[in-house]
Amino acid sequence: MLRLLFVLVPAIHAQLCQPDAENAFKVRFSIRTALGDKAYVWDTNEEYLFKAMVAFSMRKVPNRETTEISHVLLCNVTQRVSFWFVVTDPSKNHTLPAVEIESAIRMNRNRINNAFFLNDQTLEFLKIPTTLAPPTDPPVPIWIIIFGVIFCIVIVAVVLLILSGIRQRRRKSKEPSEADDTEDKCENTITIENGIPCDPLDTKGGHINDAFMTEDERLTPL
Amino acid sequence: MACTVGPEPLGDGGGSKRPKWDNKLQYLLSCIGFAVGLGNIWRFPYLCQTYGGGAFLIPYLIALVFEGIPLFYVELAIGQRLRRGSIGVWTAISPYLGGVGLGCVTVSFLVSLYYNTVLTWVLWYFLNSFQSPLPWSSCPLDVNRTGFESECQASSTVSYFWYRQTLNITADISDSGFIQGRLLACLAASWAVVYLCVIRGIESTGKAIYFTALFPYLVLTIFLIRGLTLPGAVEGLIYLFTPDVSWFEVQAPGSRENMSQSHSPGQLAPSPAMGMAVRQRPGPTRGRVWVQILQNPRVWLDAATQIFFSLSLAFGGHIAFASYNPPRNNCEKDAVTIALVNSMTSLYASIAVFSVLGFKAANDHGRCLDRNILHLINAFDFPDQSISRDDYAAVLTHLNTSQPERVARLHLEACHLEDFLDKSASGTGLAFIIFTEAILHMPGAPGWAVLFFGMLFTLGLSSMFGNMESIITPLLDMGLTHRSIPKEVLTGLACLLCFLSAICFTLQSGNYWLEVFDNYAAPLNLIIFAFLEVVGVAYVYGLQRFSDDIVCMTGRRPSLYWRVTWKVVSPLLLLTIFVAYIAVLVWTPLSYRAWNTQYARFPSLQEKSYPGWVQATCVLLCFLPALWVPGVALVQLLAKHRRKQKDTWQDRRPKLQDGGAS
Repeated sequence: MLRLLFVLVPAIHAQLCQPDAENAFKVRFSIRTALGDKAYVWDTNEEYLFKAMVAFSMRKVPNRETTEISHVLLCNVTQRVSFWFVVTDPSKNHTLPAVEIESAIRMNRNRINNAFFLNDQTLEFLKIPTTLAPPTDPPVPIWIIIFGVIFCIVIVAVVLLILSGIRQRRRKSKEPSEADDTEDKCENTITIENGIPCDPLDTKGGHINDAFMTEDERLTPL
Repeated sequence: MACTVGPEPLGDGGGSKRPKWDNKLQYLLSCIGFAVGLGNIWRFPYLCQTYGGGAFLIPYLIALVFEGIPLFYVELAIGQRLRRGSIGVWTAISPYLGGVGLGCVTVSFLVSLYYNTVLTWVLWYFLNSFQSPLPWSSCPLDVNRTGFESECQASSTVSYFWYRQTLNITADISDSGFIQGRLLACLAASWAVVYLCVIRGIESTGKAIYFTALFPYLVLTIFLIRGLTLPGAVEGLIYLFTPDVSWFEVQAPGSRENMSQSHSPGQLAPSPAMGMAVRQRPGPTRGRVWVQILQNPRVWLDAATQIFFSLSLAFGGHIAFASYNPPRNNCEKDAVTIALVNSMTSLYASIAVFSVLGFKAANDHGRCLDRNILHLINAFDFPDQSISRDDYAAVLTHLNTSQPERVARLHLEACHLEDFLDKSASGTGLAFIIFTEAILHMPGAPGWAVLFFGMLFTLGLSSMFGNMESIITPLLDMGLTHRSIPKEVLTGLACLLCFLSAICFTLQSGNYWLEVFDNYAAPLNLIIFAFLEVVGVAYVYGLQRFSDDIVCMTGRRPSLYWRVTWKVVSPLLLLTIFVAYIAVLVWTPLSYRAWNTQYARFPSLQEKSYPGWVQATCVLLCFLPALWVPGVALVQLLAKHRRKQKDTWQDRRPKLQDGGAS
């Protein structure tokens, strides 16, 4: 009788856990990507740990507290380190529904990842979407803080400049206006540079008519 | 000699002296800062790459020597001699040319509106760079928190941050949307900064220019050193300077490629017909390639326009700056120095930019390979990390021969380094999409982002000083207001007016309007004004009198080179550019590229044509500022005619009296 069981159990095992079987999930490990030189080798002990973590997750589901490590079946382990797994019920005749397994894994995803030093990208449960972390928004966006600082500095500087300008003008209006503009005077005189006169452009807008001027001198005074 | 009939300049009469520069360095830095702007960073490198660096430099240098430097010298000399802003200068040369000055002020006003809007965007990115991780590094979650925003996933994180979280752009130019509060706040801040710096005219800009003109060079050097040490930089530089022939065979005017953004702002860079095509590596020998490139008229047109706008000619800003100089200043040396510094800066910046872009291309190429390798490993169950990037090609060929159907089912993407190097852009696309993505992959990303956007802001700010001075100086010289109103009030009013007008660019469709302004408001008008400037000085003012003035100022007569270029070469060149530009404008359909999430080929930009009223606005913008010239000339003609009538009428009256008396 017992010998019959030993023959039957692996057969049932083979039927329950197959790629694309009902309620089966594919798992993919990328250990070298995550750990580089410190990567560990994937062997049967690591598989045992994986089964233990899955069983642990299932035990947290109400009505499934009696899940044992032997209820978790792995199959098709490849060199990639990817395999399929199912979780059977205590009778080992049928597998637990995928929905329960999925919710259990999602609840304990962090514990499972940490057991293997991996994260959501390097330990993939295909068909089980990861829960995205909520965005960590600071209460006040950073750009507003810096904007406030810059704007305040600019406004203060503008006010200071305007006030100093007003004060300068008041001081200037109190002092008598001095002689100035030697530069402007130079501009209006004809300076000779290298023998060529630099006249400014005639801005007066009028011409002196020589013919008219000399007419008086031509006439003999009465 | 022409009589000046116009408002009497108050600048150097009466009690208030004309302000002057504290020292020569301030003046040089101001002119350099005005000339060196955003176009040096994001337009010149693009042109270099498109035409293949070495081959592009030849028309560029020729344009510099025969067009850029002579025009620049004219502006500096005339401003320094007549000591007034652009309106006063051209009115003094000839009353009929007074419209040139008014037109320059109008164009400067229009340009400063949208130029400061670009600075607003730069400021927004700058403010957002002070956090780690950078906000454009990841997609935000969607409403249900089950995945990422669909728009972000379909395009990319940087595109999403630019189009959605910065601009919040609509799908069509006629759909204006609402004013974006955060952009409005940043616009107010950037105009406040501009006001702070121009508040007392050159007294205040002269102090600010030390920082705003020199800081970009410091940052460019840092980026150059960092860029050259990044992997992939050398490939980027080699690609930049390799001439490529097949470009203009593949491209047709108006055709666009599948690229997130490659529009090219006008004054920052004018070229409504700039498209892109995928390039193939050149086959023919190097000599033949260069000759073929130089035979293409587009290269010459782009080189000439690049020099013209890069030096910021015909804005009146250089005239304004030079008008504050002492009368005996060697403006010939200044002109040559500043023009050369501007071109050197363009080259320097393009080396820095392309080393970073080469790094980005190498990075993208590596990640493309990694994605393919992961697909292969997962499909064929190879051990993790068993295929390195170098082995990838060999493994792929092996698998293709042994199991081609399985490999085909994987739909692997083709990873070629040239394709990634080809993804270039100019204008805002380069700064806000491509460069921000490159920065994400550099270690210490927030620091580099702060440096980069700080550099862009100071670059744009020093150009804004020139723009504002070209508006404020002529208005001050015209003496429109009573002398008791302080200068701070005038500059404040000017900045306030510009700020209020620029609010239209903070609408959701603001980016589309900015492109309209950039492509049509400035380029054609500036060419017209530059042509009138050089013709006005060479023929109306008289080359003889101008040479005498220059002898007075610099102590040397202008050589044959200057006289020939002023009299013949530059006007001809400008005329050619004008005609060619109009031809290009007429040839290309008036269209724009919209960010439309409903578009079938999203995230490619959708090509749409402008609605009728926008097309009318484009045409108006093209010619309205230039209409000042015939307008003012007509007014002067009428005034002279009326004066002549009055004079002849007055002359006739005494004769009648005499006749009556005797």
